[in-house]
Amino acid sequence: MNSKPYVREVSKTTWFLSHPRYKRYMAREVTCIFIFAYTFLLIVALARLSQGEEAFNAFVQALRSPLGVLFNVAALIAAVYHSMSWFDVTPQAMPIQMGEEFVAGNIIVNAHYGAWAVVSLIILFWGM
Amino acid sequence: MSELQKRQIQLEVLRYNPETDTAPRYQTYSVPCLEEWVVLDALNYIKDHLDPTLSYRWSCHMAVCGSCGMMVNGEPKLACKAFIHEYKEGQIKVEPIANFPIERDLVTSVEDFITKLASVKPYLIPKEDKPVSAGEFKQTPAELKKFKQYTLCINCMLCYAACPQYALVPEFLGPAAISMAHRYNQDSRDGGRDQRQEVIASDEGVWECSFVGACSEVCPKHVDPAGALQQVKVASTIDWYKEHLMPWMKK
Amino acid sequence: MEIIKTDVAIIGAGGAGLRAAIALAEADPKLRIALISKVYPMRSHTCAAEGGAAGVIKSDDSLDLHFNDTVGGGDWLSDQDAVEYFINEAPKELTQLEHWGCPWSREPDGSVAVRPFGGMKIKRTWFAADKSGFHILHTLFQTSLKYPSIQRFDEYYATDLLVDDGRCQGLTALEIRSGEMKQFQAGAVIIAAGGGGKMFPFTTNGNIKTGDGMALAYRAGTPLKDMEFVQYHPTGLPNNGILLTEGCRGEGGILLNKDGRRYLQDYGMGPETPVGQPVLKTMELGPRDRLSQAFWGEQQKGNTVKTPWGDCVLLDMRHLGEKKIDERLPLVRDLCISYLGKDPVKEPIPIRPVVHYMMGGIHTDIQAATRLPGLFAAGECACVSINGANRLGSNSLTELLVFGRRAALSAIAHLQSHQVPSSDAALAAKAKASQNRIQALFDKSNGTESIAGLRQEMMDTMEANVGIYRTGEGLAAACEKIAELRQRYANIALTDKTHVYNTDLMQALELGSMLDCAEAVTVGARDRKESRGAHQRLDFTARDDENLLKHSLAHYHPTEPPRIEYLDVVITKSKPGVRDYSGAKK
Repeated sequence: MNSKPYVREVSKTTWFLSHPRYKRYMAREVTCIFIFAYTFLLIVALARLSQGEEAFNAFVQALRSPLGVLFNVAALIAAVYHSMSWFDVTPQAMPIQMGEEFVAGNIIVNAHYGAWAVVSLIILFWGM
Repeated sequence: MSELQKRQIQLEVLRYNPETDTAPRYQTYSVPCLEEWVVLDALNYIKDHLDPTLSYRWSCHMAVCGSCGMMVNGEPKLACKAFIHEYKEGQIKVEPIANFPIERDLVTSVEDFITKLASVKPYLIPKEDKPVSAGEFKQTPAELKKFKQYTLCINCMLCYAACPQYALVPEFLGPAAISMAHRYNQDSRDGGRDQRQEVIASDEGVWECSFVGACSEVCPKHVDPAGALQQVKVASTIDWYKEHLMPWMKK
Repeated sequence: MEIIKTDVAIIGAGGAGLRAAIALAEADPKLRIALISKVYPMRSHTCAAEGGAAGVIKSDDSLDLHFNDTVGGGDWLSDQDAVEYFINEAPKELTQLEHWGCPWSREPDGSVAVRPFGGMKIKRTWFAADKSGFHILHTLFQTSLKYPSIQRFDEYYATDLLVDDGRCQGLTALEIRSGEMKQFQAGAVIIAAGGGGKMFPFTTNGNIKTGDGMALAYRAGTPLKDMEFVQYHPTGLPNNGILLTEGCRGEGGILLNKDGRRYLQDYGMGPETPVGQPVLKTMELGPRDRLSQAFWGEQQKGNTVKTPWGDCVLLDMRHLGEKKIDERLPLVRDLCISYLGKDPVKEPIPIRPVVHYMMGGIHTDIQAATRLPGLFAAGECACVSINGANRLGSNSLTELLVFGRRAALSAIAHLQSHQVPSSDAALAAKAKASQNRIQALFDKSNGTESIAGLRQEMMDTMEANVGIYRTGEGLAAACEKIAELRQRYANIALTDKTHVYNTDLMQALELGSMLDCAEAVTVGARDRKESRGAHQRLDFTARDDENLLKHSLAHYHPTEPPRIEYLDVVITKSKPGVRDYSGAKK
């Protein structure tokens, strides 16, 4: 047998640098870290709350520090990016067929943005 | 109409012959291309006029047989649909389709894909028995449209070349095979989903997919395998909940 | 040399080969089936067929009507017993394909939809948008995966049939991946390897359509039939010959000359029908031979549009509207935009006739059997003949199925008495001879002829002399030239002398096949001194039923031109008549 197939190795660590679409994918995945970190922050908040008013106030004070604000802004941007990247692909994952035709993708995407806005507004008003 | 435009293109082609090479190398050919040509035309020019030893697969020259998938400037493309006029710089790098072993020059081994495609039972498993003499199964245009898009796969494997998950985990069933299973699962005439599910929902099946979406970006037939795989995940998740939370729902 | 023992070996894994394999597997799961193809099955050229497959299914249609359309369309050169069998089986085969999952386009009530096609009096062409062949091929390939008894040998190039004791008992094939020769011992062999349109430079045919199957049988001593009948499809993209389906006209597209006139009315296919309301069997829905000939007429009159790719006429589909074009002709739109930069929704598409299909092929009877016992053939490589002198669009996809299955059943019958090889030693010796023939190409160091060069000369000869209209003078010159090229072929040089995926070698072997077939075409055409269907002679303009209502059979000779024998056409119920595609009487 003369055949001797040559296998091109793929780097396990730097593969995503080879194409912009892989970098975009990694960016989407990396935003998870902020969402994870923010979830962790909420758990800390709960722990502080259970330790009494003083502890919780100190925690809130820490959040108001420049570093705390910076983290919150970063987490917000990451969460928004992450959500948007998923909203954009919902028509692929959840196509809706009405009669013969499929509902246009932008309607499904916009419905998600609409629902997001409504929920945000409710929380905003309910919170105030 | 004006005369057809001609331009000299430098084609940098990966060469590998297992009988004479230990590793791939690159060879550059200068090809007088018509602007309306595709990369495949340039390769045919090389084969006929410059170097008969260059090997590659091709047949239909109309993007339907799926033979000529290659990496063109790093992008998975059908060579018969990679237009010269899109490469303004005049430099085109042609390599065999990524993620498959190179047999020779631009020819890769595709056995892995064929085996995977066969493993998902990509054929109709009829819901009901009906002899041919009783005529066709009825299927409305809406029922047809539900899966039609996934029938358009030409098995060119560009999606596998684009999929980093397949590159890192070669056991992954991959986009085209799972999309084809989804195609039959969605067919109103089919009742074989349970039989396919074992392979599809396995560890090497749909759950290896992390929805990079590259497969759908490179698909020359707009099959949208990424969409198919997410739909399979949704359906499999619903299965799991039904089985574990609502066992009485099971047939 | 490795010996692979099998019951039935099938050469070619396109529509006909796959259909045969499935029929064998279904008939007897114990049968060992070797499906041998030079490409992976889904690369076979069946995938490029667009328009659809004909079969009587609707209540306004009848088997007789399909029969009359086919026989008249073939200019009475079809064998009518074969046509009758074909037409009876057609609806069953198409329904069978539906049961295997083929995504046929549908009517609102869920039944299979049919579309109008050229030369057909009733709408009877089943279609899957404009990718019918593609869907048929993939449905068959995927269905074939159900059967473990179908053993595939993908990318094996068949080099010779093994004939001993007066019957075909197998073949030799090169495993392209390794360059190794294998011997297949088989009780029966089915050739389903497609046509050879690549002997022409401007063709809808894919690179693989090099007449290998025809040449295999021909060289093994069984004749090729009606090879002079080569179909030009009237609507090809002018720059690369990409096919625009007849469905374009079936859906209502019209053909215009440079003055915007629907010129078909000037060629016996008038009067003009209303735009957007196609009338069956007239004007744009005339048969392919007549339409291609009308183009030639317009070219002579100077009525064609000049383009950088030569003379063209225009295919105008704008009045169909974007929605219908996207639903019924999505591939056509994509091909026009991608390869020509023109959108049929917005502008007329320049087109010209292009070599599309060979009516001729390996001579078989109605059972798909050749004259060589143990050898069967089906599909474009075979000539039963149902297509006569001109095939109607959408009959060939159905033919693949009907005669693919038929060949399988005949092969099974043959196996009853011929399962055991006559002599292992004799077969081994023949296999060795085949191997030596290939080895000689490697060993030869003094070859002077280039493969691409000879191929180009062959194509130029065929294009110049064996086109839509032919002359005695041109055909004589073509015969001489092809004979010369066959001689020079003995002096070809391989540049590539390695073994793995040696496509230089493949091209050399394919060129050999094409030259053999091209000679059968040219000699058959030179000797047929009449005009019938796709074979039109400027020096013999009339059909000559008295002398030439006959099939031609070309018998191979290794160094001389073929000997031509004539065989009566089977006429059962339709006496030769006038082909009338005028709309006047309708």
